[in-house]
Amino acid sequence: MFGLSACDHVRVKVRLHNPRRDLEIEGPITIINLLARLDLNREAVLVVRDGELVPGDESLADDDAIEIRPVISGGEQ
Amino acid sequence: MKCVTCRGPAIIDIRRHNSNFCAEHFIEQCHRQVRKAIEEFSMFEKSDKILVAVSGGKDSLAIWDLLLDLGYSVDGLYIGLGIGDYSDTSLDYARAYAKTRSLHLIEVDVPSTFGFDIPNGSRAAKRVPCSACGLSKRHLFDEEAIKGGYDVLVTGHNLDDEAAVLFGNTLHWHTEYLGRQLPVLPARDGFPRKVKPLVRLAERETAAYCIVKGIDYIVDECPMSAGNKHLGYKNALNEIEAGSPGAKHSFYFGFLDRAAEFFAAEASIDREGLGACASCGAPTTSETCAFCRLVERAGGQLPERTGVNAVSVDLGPTRSGSIQ
Repeated sequence: MFGLSACDHVRVKVRLHNPRRDLEIEGPITIINLLARLDLNREAVLVVRDGELVPGDESLADDDAIEIRPVISGGEQ
Repeated sequence: MKCVTCRGPAIIDIRRHNSNFCAEHFIEQCHRQVRKAIEEFSMFEKSDKILVAVSGGKDSLAIWDLLLDLGYSVDGLYIGLGIGDYSDTSLDYARAYAKTRSLHLIEVDVPSTFGFDIPNGSRAAKRVPCSACGLSKRHLFDEEAIKGGYDVLVTGHNLDDEAAVLFGNTLHWHTEYLGRQLPVLPARDGFPRKVKPLVRLAERETAAYCIVKGIDYIVDECPMSAGNKHLGYKNALNEIEAGSPGAKHSFYFGFLDRAAEFFAAEASIDREGLGACASCGAPTTSETCAFCRLVERAGGQLPERTGVNAVSVDLGPTRSGSIQ
């Protein structure tokens, strides 16, 4: 299954929303590549680590735990 | 990735501006865009009494915070819609923001005041939940703004919201709606002045603003909105934006600059025959306003007529539909 590896590679913990779920992804990997691999549109999410934004060119490494936070909201206006 | 202003490490890229920003200069960028919207569309002055509609989400808390940063005096208005834990949690966020900053938050609870909630009421009234929710909020925003003597009602609609609504209205050629899809709607006949100072910021930026400023907001989406058309339009526009940064801005501001005026006449036709709701006194083009009809069909109690937002015109001829 995508993102799960049986090898002893670096694992990045990823929390997703709507629905809330957790994944472990093989690292190291940049934010831009991570979003592409998860088929997520960069316009529709932000990546947060320890309460701070993580820029797209940053590489995630050992024991990083991030949240991919959706920014799209709203019903009828 | 370096900040375009100070060349320090950037925390966010904004592709439609071809710019990256550090935390400090991103906040400055948000201030600049909101200030520009307020001035460009003559939204309000520092001396105005301002009410912001607050949901506990990123957009409404961001605009409340931005306006305070820019030196405006702003009260908040929260409408409880009875959507289970979602409403409880969103109220907690709105209250927490107001409490930590000693701000005035007006609260209106639909279930305890009107005897219905959105999940059950919309089902009973045979309306889409988002439609019943939007209708209720618009009615109560207007009522509270008028009742409280506010000069202007601020909503947290951002660039993505406006582009998505424009997309839907264009897709179906709802020309009467296109005529009033503007960042400012002047006060008229019992309706308060309504403004949208976030139209120059995308919702990715309002979410980022909250994170950078340490503003806690409800992240999870409303459970009633899953699969609604509005979210589908946003996703479609974001697909276009990903390949063509600036597309949403061009679409919306191009409409304002070059097309909105052609639909203005249709919007004014829709407001002909405006009278007062026989039940609550709110302005309507029917005998009873859409909100009072919703309350009745949802099994709730019709509000007592207060006259707070009753219009000064005689009841007009009964028309189908409502302008609310």
